[in-house]
Amino acid sequence: MPLPLIIEFSGGAELLCGNVKKHNVELPEQKDKWQVRTLLPWIRDNLVQERPELFMQGDTVRPGILVLINEADWELMGELDYELEENDRIVFISTLHGG
Amino acid sequence: MADIKELQEALLKKDEEIRLLKQKVEEANAQLRVVTTANADVVSKLLETSSKLSNDDIMRYSRQLILPDLGVKGQIGLKNSSVLIIGAGGLGCPAAIYLAAAGIGRLGVVDYDEVELSNLHRQILHTESRVGLSKSLSIARSCHSLNSSVEYVPYQLQLDSSNALDIIKCYDIVLDATDNVATRYLLNDACVLAGKPLVSGSALRFEGQLTVYNYEGGPCYRCLYPRPPPPETVTNCSEGGVVGVVPGIIGSIQALEAIKIASGLGSSYKQRLLLFDALDGTFRTPKLRPRNTDCPVCGDKPSIQQLIDYEQFCGARASDKDKDLHVLEENCRISPKEYAEMLKGGEPHILLDVRPAVELDICRLPQPALNIPYSSFGKSGTTCPSDLSQAMEKYGEDEKVPIVCVCRRGNDSQLVVRELKEKLAGKNVTVMDIKRGLYGWQKQVDQSFPLY
Repeated sequence: MPLPLIIEFSGGAELLCGNVKKHNVELPEQKDKWQVRTLLPWIRDNLVQERPELFMQGDTVRPGILVLINEADWELMGELDYELEENDRIVFISTLHGG
Repeated sequence: MADIKELQEALLKKDEEIRLLKQKVEEANAQLRVVTTANADVVSKLLETSSKLSNDDIMRYSRQLILPDLGVKGQIGLKNSSVLIIGAGGLGCPAAIYLAAAGIGRLGVVDYDEVELSNLHRQILHTESRVGLSKSLSIARSCHSLNSSVEYVPYQLQLDSSNALDIIKCYDIVLDATDNVATRYLLNDACVLAGKPLVSGSALRFEGQLTVYNYEGGPCYRCLYPRPPPPETVTNCSEGGVVGVVPGIIGSIQALEAIKIASGLGSSYKQRLLLFDALDGTFRTPKLRPRNTDCPVCGDKPSIQQLIDYEQFCGARASDKDKDLHVLEENCRISPKEYAEMLKGGEPHILLDVRPAVELDICRLPQPALNIPYSSFGKSGTTCPSDLSQAMEKYGEDEKVPIVCVCRRGNDSQLVVRELKEKLAGKNVTVMDIKRGLYGWQKQVDQSFPLY
């Protein structure tokens, strides 16, 4: 069964994905459960259109991007180890510095 | 005869009125003297506290005094509180005016910069007549004319590791209304070391963010962002643009949270992030992680016990001013004057404007240009963008015409030249850029050319 998710980008992170903020995606079925750890490279390869190094560094997001899982800081949810469930909403927020 | 006498008396009366008004202006100006060092007398003096409201206070603040949650106790809390705003820009202006209006005891405003015309669409306390004046003084004057009972301290200086703690220690609450990463880390660390809550706001394009850090055991900025972002991912308002009302909304909420803290109501944004999206019309407030006990500054065993060099830590300067890049050799660049000569002589070439398309609608050079934005060069991989290849083919294989790149300030154009040289290696095509871009063109060639 493919896994439907809502992936969102804000704070300028959407510029990496053709300036599209909201993406309804379906992750292909796989043997192991999808985790945020495996979701990140999938997003890099399937949604990010330019400069992938500005999305990921090593196995995690680059400094200055905050990740929300269903409206909560991903650190409260287990970060990379979080096991994705149907219709989860994952948001990548680039922090703003202007004023 | 009687008429003349009456008029003379009226005149004398008016003269006296003028004298009194002039005296008031002088008094106001004397009170609003800018502070340029951290250890000036005016700052070391603590705010005088009082335990009651005057009759004028009661009338002025009556509409908030009758709120049971605020009341006299809350108003006295405001009167006995001091707030420091760092950054007298798009966030600092609305924050300052609402804090002044609400009757905060002392309001300090720090900014090293002066008012520019391109500030006025969002920095709404400055005025046309104050272009060139200190921004912090401009804010103090505007706030003073709304509420003269507040004590204003305008600082015209760059906040840095040498002065931040001395300034911050004289205030109860700090507002981060700055425009750059280095100052945000500086302010965070200084507020942790001084034990002050930090109401932090930011805005860009159509979005705003807000969190209260280091407040009642909540996380600090470093708990959330232990490592600074790569400098190339940071966009400022001059580069990315901003709708004026967006910092207006975020700055107003910063004032609101400071008022809630000062009046004893407490802030709603401890361990919470406010995300405002003006295009979608949405406000979201996700919950954040708690304080990190291993945080290098607010953790249980902090490794940072005094302020560090934040420009070095962030690899970026503590301002949002655009810097001139120097990545090309001089012989790959021409001056705007030289380009004007090329145009005059009718020299065949391809003009490549690398600005975002929206900026070509604002102004363009008097020569048909091919527009390929800088941001799209990364996407074409190792090949030359097809539009450019087509333009080059028009001139045939034998006739190699030079490619002249232009942008707003002459930074992106250099990066494009460098990239094109790699992509066109072995093709014997001259690629160059116009030094200082359209800014240079306006200065050297056409003073009537619009700048933005």
